[in-house]
Amino acid sequence: MSEAMDFRVIGTRPVRPDGVDKVTGRASFGADFSLPGMLEGAVLRSPHAHARIKRIDVTAALGAPGVKAIVTAEDFPSVAAGAIEGGEGGGDFADLAGNVIARGKVRYHGHAVAAVAAQTRAQALAAAALIEVEYESLPPVLSLDAALADNAPLIDEALKTKGLAEPATTASNLASVIEMGGGDLAAGFAEADLVVERRYQTPTVHQGYIEPHACVGRWVQDDQAMLWCSTQGAFDVRSMTAKVLGQPVGALKVIPSEIGGGFGGKTTIYLEPLSLILSKKSGRPVRMVMSREEVFRATGPASAARLDLRMGFAKDGRITAAEVTMAYEAGAFPGSPVGPGTMCVFAPYRIANFRIKGLDVLVNKPKAAAYRAPGAPQALFATESALDEAAEKLGLDPIELRLRNAVEEGDAAIYGPKFGPIGMRACLEAAAKHPHYLRPKEAGVGRGVAVGFWFNVGLQSSAEVHINEDGTVTVIEGNPDIGGSRASMALMAAETLGVPYESVRVVVADTETAGFSNVTGGSRVTFATGMAVVEASKDIIAQCCSRAAALWSTDQEMVEWRDGAVHPRPGVNVDAQPLSLKDLAGQAGRMGGPLLGKASLNAKGAGPGFSVNLCDALVDKETGRVEVKAFTAIQDAGKAIHPSYVEGQLQGGAAQGIGWALNEEYVYSADGVMENAGFLDYRVPVASDLPMIETQIIEVPNPGHPYGVRGVGETPIVAPLAAVANAVSASAGVRLTELPLSPPRVLAGLDQA
Amino acid sequence: MARVHVPFDLRHLAEGRAELEVPGDDYRGLMGALGRRFPALGQALQDDKAFVLDGEIIDAPLLEAVGPHSEVHFLPRIGGG
Amino acid sequence: MKCHVQTQVNGEAVEFLCDPTATLLEVLRDTLGLRGSKEGCGTGDCGACSVEVDGALACSCLILAPEVEGRQVSTIEGVASPEALHPIQNHLLKSAGLQCGVCTPGIVVAAKHLLEQNPNPSEEAVRYFLAGNLCRCTGYDKIIRAVLDAAAEMRGEAA
Repeated sequence: MSEAMDFRVIGTRPVRPDGVDKVTGRASFGADFSLPGMLEGAVLRSPHAHARIKRIDVTAALGAPGVKAIVTAEDFPSVAAGAIEGGEGGGDFADLAGNVIARGKVRYHGHAVAAVAAQTRAQALAAAALIEVEYESLPPVLSLDAALADNAPLIDEALKTKGLAEPATTASNLASVIEMGGGDLAAGFAEADLVVERRYQTPTVHQGYIEPHACVGRWVQDDQAMLWCSTQGAFDVRSMTAKVLGQPVGALKVIPSEIGGGFGGKTTIYLEPLSLILSKKSGRPVRMVMSREEVFRATGPASAARLDLRMGFAKDGRITAAEVTMAYEAGAFPGSPVGPGTMCVFAPYRIANFRIKGLDVLVNKPKAAAYRAPGAPQALFATESALDEAAEKLGLDPIELRLRNAVEEGDAAIYGPKFGPIGMRACLEAAAKHPHYLRPKEAGVGRGVAVGFWFNVGLQSSAEVHINEDGTVTVIEGNPDIGGSRASMALMAAETLGVPYESVRVVVADTETAGFSNVTGGSRVTFATGMAVVEASKDIIAQCCSRAAALWSTDQEMVEWRDGAVHPRPGVNVDAQPLSLKDLAGQAGRMGGPLLGKASLNAKGAGPGFSVNLCDALVDKETGRVEVKAFTAIQDAGKAIHPSYVEGQLQGGAAQGIGWALNEEYVYSADGVMENAGFLDYRVPVASDLPMIETQIIEVPNPGHPYGVRGVGETPIVAPLAAVANAVSASAGVRLTELPLSPPRVLAGLDQA
Repeated sequence: MARVHVPFDLRHLAEGRAELEVPGDDYRGLMGALGRRFPALGQALQDDKAFVLDGEIIDAPLLEAVGPHSEVHFLPRIGGG
Repeated sequence: MKCHVQTQVNGEAVEFLCDPTATLLEVLRDTLGLRGSKEGCGTGDCGACSVEVDGALACSCLILAPEVEGRQVSTIEGVASPEALHPIQNHLLKSAGLQCGVCTPGIVVAAKHLLEQNPNPSEEAVRYFLAGNLCRCTGYDKIIRAVLDAAAEMRGEAA
């Protein structure tokens, strides 16, 4: 295993292969692509949060200047229900199709109703405004309470709750119920010396990627179509779009652009089917680009959540029982991440007696999309806040309290299976010894601790490794590079093949060039696609060994790969110089043809990722403003392939989590219109809001990966919510349980203190 | 026989049992035996849950060999961001 | 009616026709093919379209294209020379000061402007100056370090 491994290039920090393109503005993102004769598209969106569509009249719009095509739901086939597979949690194809364009009903303000293609964007927008839509407005359902109330207006009249012991007979806004449990809850609480019982709430937030969704669709008369788009998964775009359009997967080619952030929000489709049907009707390529306002109103977001939590503790800090009901807003279609939320909520701890109930609830807001560790930040905000309160009341150090309950290798996770090697304890021990934790706090500053957890996933990946005639290497894979993954792939290929990092180029290819790969998400790319790259490299090594053995007229067992070359095994009596990759590539044509390695796999063995975050925060008691004075993120990466980009994940996740904790939220009017659909009013952290974010990478190798990698992309956003809230609560002197901790909410909390 | 842990919220489909001993050499055999004994449970597991064999989440199970001492769990499906 | 505009972009004389309501960003991207400037918001909040006009830092999404008549526009495409990247670009690469890279052109243009005004900024000065350039991936840490390192290098100090 990698603990004993001596790495040559893994763990170094080279410049990423696509770096120069990205610092010079050459890199081509979603909106940067164009084709001759291309039209510009625009979407007409619902002005109501909830309404029936009575009639759509496009006559006037069709006659407007420059207009070439208009589409409505009538232009799309009906799509049968069926689960969406492959890395996108929760979801159904019929709902996906209904979210792309409203059918019969609009379910949220901003829901797409029609789309226009015209010669210019201005013409398309002007024509969209001429489309006449007659609505019958319905009362909007905007909160969990409103959605779950008796006689609540139904968002989907056919929706019956799944997961009930007795099948539901009537429709409701409750899409599903998940329950887990174990032990004896009553006995566990009876044993408790302290019970913490609170309601915790988190708002609707957006992933906030800086690049809006964008695509160009081109449909030609033989029904072959091409899509250029910004996405976390070209193959997922292909399968989803083909399904929504009722087309064979093989008729659609998806070419991923560089991607300007996604965080889970670009694992689904919005504009892609619209641009293709507009292209089909107009006979021209059609580009569609969302405005920032559209991004807020119609994409993402992450579910708002409410957790009613009760935890019992013995005097020594042992958790005796834990119970939680967690309700997540799914948005206008079923599929919030409450399922993973129920599995994460108590995952870092040994708890014998527990009961967990999860509710997936429809509201008239955009359909929730994945956002970094979907479901976990909301869940662990509650648990980690309760633990903090317990530590305070029991007079225990918050890290010590967690250590006394921490899961270890061999423990059964609360959701069932046993953990392999994990870094929970190592992260806590590192936190306890960290200079940040040991240094004195400034006056008035509160210090918060919290743990983060995410499963990480494997899924399907493919890779090809081509050895060029001079021994340089081309890696072809299908996962868009969202944060430096080309560098990680190149490092793993270089390590395996024994060649310099600089001699490896990595190509992120389209759906007809790369082998199938699931989405760039689930913290899976360095793990699973990396594993495919390593295996494809090993395929090359096997071919090199076979060729060298043939050249030396010996058996393959008599040779070995070492230091980037084939050598006769020690003791084997062959009079031969080692043959490097370059030597063999140079005469590949005489030895059976080009060296081409490939691998495809459905990766197993994704190791869970644990983290501990430390936050120092100062509350201004006059204004309620919070200043984050210091922040440290400690996380188990298994093995950091490129440590700078691992640190970057920790820092970026911390910043997003700090935003979630302090500023970010969707603000709705009473009629369901988001009132802050822009970066001025939906305030993501800016450079002057944050301190330097210290990082410490823990390496507990994952035995499921050849180099010990575990995914690192999602865990970083989990712990900051509670780390910040615990620090703010300590500084304010009052326990704050509803995010965001914006000045008005902090002031209200101070008033109650 | 493998030990199958019945999800808490589906135990009503298995006469209230938390664990079942189920024969079968692989996923298909296991699910076949389970489905014959508790048809509604078998269907619900296939529709709504992810298959976990000896601690390993299997994204798309079919041919996975199930050992005589295997532990099988079923979990809510996990998406990723 | 289209407007006829004559201006200079990255030191080259340029002329174009545009709608009176077209933004400088639209013209740069769609008419002149300079797509390094990105539209993240269209409302001047994210800084991804940062350019300099007559030496002043601006969001090109907030400037009407006809306004640049007779002026000097500098964009991300003009920052590096054919021989070498600008020190800020080199340090962003060295420090991994970018992940997705879509905010990076705006950060480079803004940071270059800052260092031309203030060759020795404090960390706090860099943070406040770049507060108009949103980055959602990095948490800013490595960007700030890259700018400070570039400043040190440009002052002739070992970075």
